[in-house]
Amino acid sequence: MAEIKLRGVTKRFPDGTEAVKQMDLDIGDGEFMIFVGPSGCGKSTALRMIAGLEDISDGELEIGGEVVNDRAPKDRDIAMVFQSYALYPHMSVRDNIAFPLKIAGASDEEVTSKVEEAARILDLDRLLDRKPANLSGGQRQRVAMGRAIVRDPKAFLMDEPLSNLDAKLRVQMRTEVSRIQQRLGTTMVYVTHDQTEAMTLGDRVAVMRAGVLQQVDSPQKLYDHPNNLFVAGFIGSPAMNFFPARVENGRVTLPFGEAPAPAGVEASGDVIAGLRPEDFEDAEFAPEGHDNALTFDAPIVLTESMGSETYAYFTYQGGAAQSDELNELAADAGLTDLPSSGENQAVARLDPQTKAHEGATTRRWMNAGKLHLFDPHDGHNLAHGDATPATAGGRQESSPQQPVAGTNEP
Amino acid sequence: MKRGTREYTIWSVGIVAIIVAALFPVFWLLMLSLKTPATVGDGRLWPKEFTFANYEALFTGGFYDSPFLRPLINSILIALIATTIAIILASFTAYAIARLNFPGKALVLAGSLAIAMFPPISVVGPLFDMWRALGIYDTYPGLIIPYLTFALPLAIYTLVAFFREIPWELEQAAAVDGATPMQAFRKVIVPLATPGMFTAAILVFIFCWNDFLFAITLTSSKEGAQTVPAALAFFTGESQFTAPTGNIAAAAILVTIPIILFVLFFQRRIVAGLTAGAVKG
Amino acid sequence: MSSAAPPQVGAAAQKPKKVGLTERGRAERKLAWMLCAPAVFVMILVTAYPIGYALVLSLREVDLRFPNEGGFAGLDNYITVLSSGLWWEVVFNTLLITVISVIIELILGMIIALVMHRAIFGRGAVRTSVLIPYGIVTVVAAFAWFYAFSPETGFVNNTFLSPDDKAWFGEKGSALTVVIFAEVWKTTPFMALLLLAGLTTIDEGLYEAARVDGASAWQRFVRITLPLMKPAIAVALLFRTLDAFRVFDSIFVMTRGAQDTQSVSILGYDQLISRLNLGLGSAVSVLIFLMVLIIAFIFVKGFGASVPGQEEGR
Repeated sequence: MAEIKLRGVTKRFPDGTEAVKQMDLDIGDGEFMIFVGPSGCGKSTALRMIAGLEDISDGELEIGGEVVNDRAPKDRDIAMVFQSYALYPHMSVRDNIAFPLKIAGASDEEVTSKVEEAARILDLDRLLDRKPANLSGGQRQRVAMGRAIVRDPKAFLMDEPLSNLDAKLRVQMRTEVSRIQQRLGTTMVYVTHDQTEAMTLGDRVAVMRAGVLQQVDSPQKLYDHPNNLFVAGFIGSPAMNFFPARVENGRVTLPFGEAPAPAGVEASGDVIAGLRPEDFEDAEFAPEGHDNALTFDAPIVLTESMGSETYAYFTYQGGAAQSDELNELAADAGLTDLPSSGENQAVARLDPQTKAHEGATTRRWMNAGKLHLFDPHDGHNLAHGDATPATAGGRQESSPQQPVAGTNEP
Repeated sequence: MKRGTREYTIWSVGIVAIIVAALFPVFWLLMLSLKTPATVGDGRLWPKEFTFANYEALFTGGFYDSPFLRPLINSILIALIATTIAIILASFTAYAIARLNFPGKALVLAGSLAIAMFPPISVVGPLFDMWRALGIYDTYPGLIIPYLTFALPLAIYTLVAFFREIPWELEQAAAVDGATPMQAFRKVIVPLATPGMFTAAILVFIFCWNDFLFAITLTSSKEGAQTVPAALAFFTGESQFTAPTGNIAAAAILVTIPIILFVLFFQRRIVAGLTAGAVKG
Repeated sequence: MSSAAPPQVGAAAQKPKKVGLTERGRAERKLAWMLCAPAVFVMILVTAYPIGYALVLSLREVDLRFPNEGGFAGLDNYITVLSSGLWWEVVFNTLLITVISVIIELILGMIIALVMHRAIFGRGAVRTSVLIPYGIVTVVAAFAWFYAFSPETGFVNNTFLSPDDKAWFGEKGSALTVVIFAEVWKTTPFMALLLLAGLTTIDEGLYEAARVDGASAWQRFVRITLPLMKPAIAVALLFRTLDAFRVFDSIFVMTRGAQDTQSVSILGYDQLISRLNLGLGSAVSVLIFLMVLIIAFIFVKGFGASVPGQEEGR
């Protein structure tokens, strides 16, 4: 078990592109750290640099207090689970799990006992003599985990380990991964593009975009206090709604009306306002006692009933919010090709008893107190200071230095 | 239903026709080789009387005087040695091409391809001259070296295609599991590469076994390095007046046996190997 | 993928290019060169060097029967070859054999490939049988057909195909016919297997979609199979054409070039080995080499035969 520290770690390819730029991050001993971001954001490259599968172009990487930049993967004492699992097809499950131990020269008794222990933990006892080809996806995934845990490494590195499983199995394995990590208490770095996985698994989540670390925080902090437009849009499903807005004299003008600006916002001029779908509600179900609320008429274009809640898509007057980050998010979600989706449209997460239906115009209530305002040019949350410094956090705590709303925008 | 039956019939006829057309000449040669000298010219598909005399004649005289034994040994040894060396060299190259990044990779591939298209007749003259100067005319190395040259492109392309299919992430997995590059290569990559190497070996062997041009230009005696195809072409009858038809047919059948065995046992591999290099493009 | 970000994700595909930047990159490059060196050396030893040597010989008057004579002859050898009627007749023979046999092979090969692809039963049996002609020694195949057609031993003259006592090898036309026949029998399977491999890459769903759209079997073949197989066909044609152009073994066994049935390879052999006229023979060799270059060039440029492996070469 060990801490992992990245100091200005950079990956530069010979053609000059930088996959990871100046990454600073402290991963605490025993912490479950998630790297999340859209495809191409550099998260896998960062992980592979920690593993030693990629050279580090610049900066310093420490594992357990030692600089390991120049060490081969085998000398870093880490274990990795690959997206494809990378099981050795010519070896049985037993030999696959035993491989790291045999390479390390462990005695036969040790190999046997450790393999059996790992198999017990992962419920692989009955599969030990099978070949990987004869296993289901979930079983292969567990063998890959077994090969990782059998050696008791300083850290586990996981590269989208669940992305090849079907949805149901993925949820099941998610809890499994979480259980194993808690049981072993080993430092874990876990790469995923799935923000749900990131939110449910990690002690802390590092959001990356285009090689740059955007924010490192506990899942709840990320959700409640996104540093910038990108994080705000990436975390949460359905995603946060964004509107063009204007701030003047501490008041925000939205397409639906006017509201007081959130605390700490001192800027004025055009901004992008964000509001999560659950901060809309039908006017008739609106909670009492909000002085910072707006109501307005909203024409519904589509409703989706989830049973426990209903998503209502409504249109509003005025243009759609525009920024590079939003475009990138849309591209990542594959939305760019869809005609007019997202234009002047917002989604509300409503009580399932709602009477909203397609074609109707209903009275909509919004909690303006939950508004986020972002700089339309650089995307910063106007209520926050600069990007949060990435600092070590222990297992259960979230990082204490996290600045709360109130810092002034320079 | 009716249409299904008709289609079934058409395909069946096609299949049977292909099989017959492919095997018929071998059958014809076999029958020819079993005919007696008196009936060898009767043009019948089924011999009136069967004899193994043609086969016996090939081996009479033993090691020194048999017209066929030495060429057969030469053929086997030369093909085996050339195959072994070719596969070893090609594996190195194919590994580098499939796995490593280096300037000149495209050049090596293009060069191999150029050699695959190269007309061997263009080099037999110079080789004939060079080999005589070097003293390896009519020796094993004299044939093995050109075989290597022309077999290497085939082997490299086949192996590159196979090596590219190996999930190289396994090597990384092994590295993370604590293996040295050598251990990763030996314990993970070699076992996965072996089937591909075996396939390439079969193709290369067939190529060497088949060669005729180099065999007749760079060898001159069965005591030297003359192989079966060359010996066949220069076969003479037991006497000046008997045509060696039966003997040639018998020898032809004997050199076909290894091919038949390969094809029977490794059909899938050969098909995979033949098409592996070519179809990707 | 976002536009700015470098290649990432899909870990296996992500083989970083480390050119001269890192220790590891340099080591990798050195290792690669070391691994390629032996094969490259052998390939050059027997091709580049001899063809250069052939070029030198072709400019001299070298005749091994008179080893002490011979000097610089300039282009004399080439002039001798190119101004002889024999050379052009031989080139014509070779091109004739090449074109006819490759066309027949393409058509037959396509039919065989379709049969093998659609075979409901006996798949293994068909593939195994067609590998026999591919694998069999060319000289053996040539003998088989030689004896089959030869009036002294053959059965062909006993069949309805040729009722009279035809001397197949006594006259140029029929002799070349048998040569082409033997070539076609021997090499069609190779063509068929390459085409089959192309066939299997076509998504079965396309045929179903076309069927739903009302296309007949022939339309499906012309509109879907052929266009999608174009790369496979081009590669198969390229390899077979160059191979057919080198035809040697069958002619050597059947006629040894008699009755004006020589191919360019036979002519080269004749000059070099039988007459030991290295200068003239080398000129023939160099000319053959140039013709092969031209054919390959025409295929790659004209037919767009994408050379296998090239675009994979990252």
